[in-house]
This record gives sequence, structure tokens and C-alpha cells, in this order.
Amino acid sequence: MKIKLDRTVCDGFGLCAVHAPETFSLDEWGYVSLAGAGDVAPEHEQGVRRALLDCPVHAITELKPVEAQQGDPAR
Amino acid sequence: MSLTADVHVTTAVAAHPGVGARLVAGVVGREDLHQYLSAGGYAAVEDAEHLLREVDRAGLRGRGGAAFPTARKLRTVRTGRGVPVVVANGEEGEPASVKDRWLLRHRPHLVLDGLRLAALATGSGDPHVYVSDPASESSVRQALREVAAAGLWDAAVTVTLVEPTYVAGEETAVVRALNGGPALPMDKPPRPYESGVAGRPTLVSNVETLANLPLVQRLGAAGYREVGTAAAPGTFLLTLTGCAASGLYEIPFGQTPRGVLGWLGEETGTVSGLLMGGYFSGVLGRRALDIPLDYDSLKAAGSGLGCGAVAVLSDRSCPVAVSAAVMAYFARENAAQCGSCFNGTAAMSAVLEALVEHKAGADDVRRLTHWSTFLRGRGACGTLDGATNVAASLLREFPDLVATHVDGTCGICDAGVRVTDPPYAAALPAG
Repeated sequence: MKIKLDRTVCDGFGLCAVHAPETFSLDEWGYVSLAGAGDVAPEHEQGVRRALLDCPVHAITELKPVEAQQGDPAR
Repeated sequence: MSLTADVHVTTAVAAHPGVGARLVAGVVGREDLHQYLSAGGYAAVEDAEHLLREVDRAGLRGRGGAAFPTARKLRTVRTGRGVPVVVANGEEGEPASVKDRWLLRHRPHLVLDGLRLAALATGSGDPHVYVSDPASESSVRQALREVAAAGLWDAAVTVTLVEPTYVAGEETAVVRALNGGPALPMDKPPRPYESGVAGRPTLVSNVETLANLPLVQRLGAAGYREVGTAAAPGTFLLTLTGCAASGLYEIPFGQTPRGVLGWLGEETGTVSGLLMGGYFSGVLGRRALDIPLDYDSLKAAGSGLGCGAVAVLSDRSCPVAVSAAVMAYFARENAAQCGSCFNGTAAMSAVLEALVEHKAGADDVRRLTHWSTFLRGRGACGTLDGATNVAASLLREFPDLVATHVDGTCGICDAGVRVTDPPYAAALPAG
């Protein structure tokens, strides 16, 4: 699973960091960034899906396989 | 701290000895089509692949700040999914830089020729020019009329004028504006080269970068590399502020600030440091005088050339006050989109402001130190990274001066020397 976080949309509700703290890194004002490049390990998928569904502003999206190739620095 | 607006009007323009006729030499006023053609402009391209190879061999890298290899970007856009779009980005958001506007106002044909070559190299039939300076816009529109009348380039070039802001020239802000939205950055992915204008692979290229393409075509890769260094060939446009010789200069990569200032007849005895890359790359101490102005040397020193704007800090400009003024600018001019950015720049600005006024304690400095690393990479665009660069570089380059501001007295600040807001801002004569 690969996800994208749109930080211009994030309003700092922080639910994602509750459900998947290893994926979503909080700053001290409650706004998040991805801890990694958006690749989600299988053992974290359930928490990330919960975060995706619970985000009130839909700042998290799952990338389709073709989109997941985009943003690859190797390109 | 009281702030006064004071914008340096850039009138001095010169090329460093040995550069020859590249970007600025020999240009008086606005170069018209006849002048540009007689210098070999708008030359035919036999083979786009050959042109790409020459750009690759020339070692050209982006001049907007990111220094990405141009040939790689061209190839990626060329082979992307969909018909490519090419954009000449002349929206110069850095307050201390004038080079892009100078090129558009004085050498519009060089930039358009570069855009034409980029379109040919990528297979794009949809070229754009994106600016925020009305004088640049009219110069480009006039150049396009001249080109159309002469039948030199039949592409329909779209010219877009936006309001000038710090973030409007960021590549995803450019794409967003050209797609009909506000000129504000977007989070990545996708990058414009993957999905940009109308969802097509889009080359957003700084106008100075594009202006180098006709030079590569005319000089060939080997000729292009005759100035500069092996790792950073060619020249760059330096917007110099903060000294008597403030101006726009074309400099071969690898020159030291001491050498450049010596060439311009500047005394370096009172130089306390440099503000690098416009506002993006932070401050360097006096050691900066001997660091070659090229990508690798500055990166190794923890700094960067960015857009090529350099401000000279003298013994009458306190680096703490300068950093505070730059941070205040970021706190005010950020896009107000990402929470980490609008909160982080405001928080760092508050600490720096308190430092200037001798009201900050050791705890404040510890918090600033934490933010200067923790907040890096936490914004959708580079604004927050520029802000962390300013904080981190001040703490690294001037630790004693920071300590003095906590529990001592700063001679410069106490003498009432004030920093202008925005600091070291530059402009071109009303045009």
C-alpha cells in the first residue's frame, strides 16, 4: 500500500497519528507529515486505512499502482 | 525593532572577465529581434536528440534554485505520458533577486529561443511564459509579435501574468495557476514533470536556465564548458546586494566571493558574512569569502547558491537581526496552507525577534535549535525549508553572537543599526 498526504489540506485533527503513529509524524501544533515516503508496511496497513477513513478533511489518499510509481526519485 | 522599507534599485550590470557574450555582455537596453538574429539566434535544430545530448554534455543545471540537471528533466518530460507542456518560469519571488526580470525585460528573445529549444527537445507544442512583472510581460509580448511577424516560430505561446508573491514561482504553484487555480504550491506527488498543466507532463523551467539553451546550441557543449568548473560548467547570474557594488553580474561558477568583490573594487575587511540564495540558503560567516560559488562547494559548507542572489553582511548588519528579518518575511509571506509552516515560521520568528531585543533565554534558543532541524521537509513547498535553513545556519555560523544576544550586549544592534524589511530587497528601475 502506498499513500499520499496533502499537507495543504491537513487541518491538524490528528486522528491519523492516533491510528497509525508509526506512519504519521506529528509536530507540536498537531499537524502531520509522513514519517517515510508513503510506503506502508503490511503490518501497518490496518491502522493507516482507519486513518484514511477517519480524516475529516480527506488529506490522505491511497495511490493506485500507476500513481504510486510517480514521485519515485529514481525516475 | 523598527523596520524601514529600502529597496535597492539595480542598475549596474556586467559580465565577469572571460565570460564573453553569453547572458549580459554587450546588451544595452532591450535586445530586439534584429540584434538577436545577428548574434545567431533562433538557429535551426536538425536533431532534437543531438540537442539533448549537448545539453547533457554541457552539464547545465536549473538556475531557479534546485539545480536539477536540465537534460534529465527534459528527457523525463519528453518520455512522460501525454503530450508535454513547457513553461518558462519568470515569476521571481525572491525579494533579493532581479535576474529573471532583467532577462525578460532585456533579452526576451534569448529566453523565448530557449523555450523554443525546450519545446523541440521535449516534443511540446504548448509553450507558456509565466511572469509577475508587467514590464517583463510587455517585453515578452512584443518579442512574440516580432517573432510571429518574421515567421520564425509558429507556436502559439501563452503568456500568463500573476500577482508577485514569494511562493507563486514554485513549480506546483505555476502549474496550479496555469490550470486556473490560485498561484499556491501543491503537495507532491505528483511533480509537474509527471502530471502538470492539464494533467500532462510539464517542464517548468526557470528563465535563466532556458536562456542557457541557445548558448549550448551556439557554443556546443565543449565551448559552453570553457568557463566555470568541471562539475559546474558555465556562468550564473549573481544579484549582489548589501554593498556599494550592488548589481547584477554574470559570474563563472567557481569564483570566490572575495574574488568577485575584489573585481568590483569592494573592500572585504568589514564583511561579516553573506546571506545566500536569496532568503533560501541562510547565512554564512566570514569564511564564506573563500568558498567557491558552485553547487558542491556551497553544499559542503551547509549552504547553497539557490537562485544566485547574495547579500553582503557588513560590520553594520547584525546577522541575528538579518536572520530575524528574513524569518519575519517567511512568517508573513508563506502560503498559509501547511500547518507546520505557518506555525513553525511564526514560532521561529518570535524567538529571533526576542533575540534581537535581548528578551530570549537559553530555553528559547533550545527550541529554535529543535525546530531548525525537526521542521525540515514538513511543508508542501520549500518555504519552511528556507526558514529552517536561516535558523540552522545562524545557530551554526554565529553561535557566539547568538549567546551575546541572550546574555550580553550586541554592539551593532545597540548602536541602533536597523535592518530593512524585507532585507536586501532588490528591484529593477521602473520599466
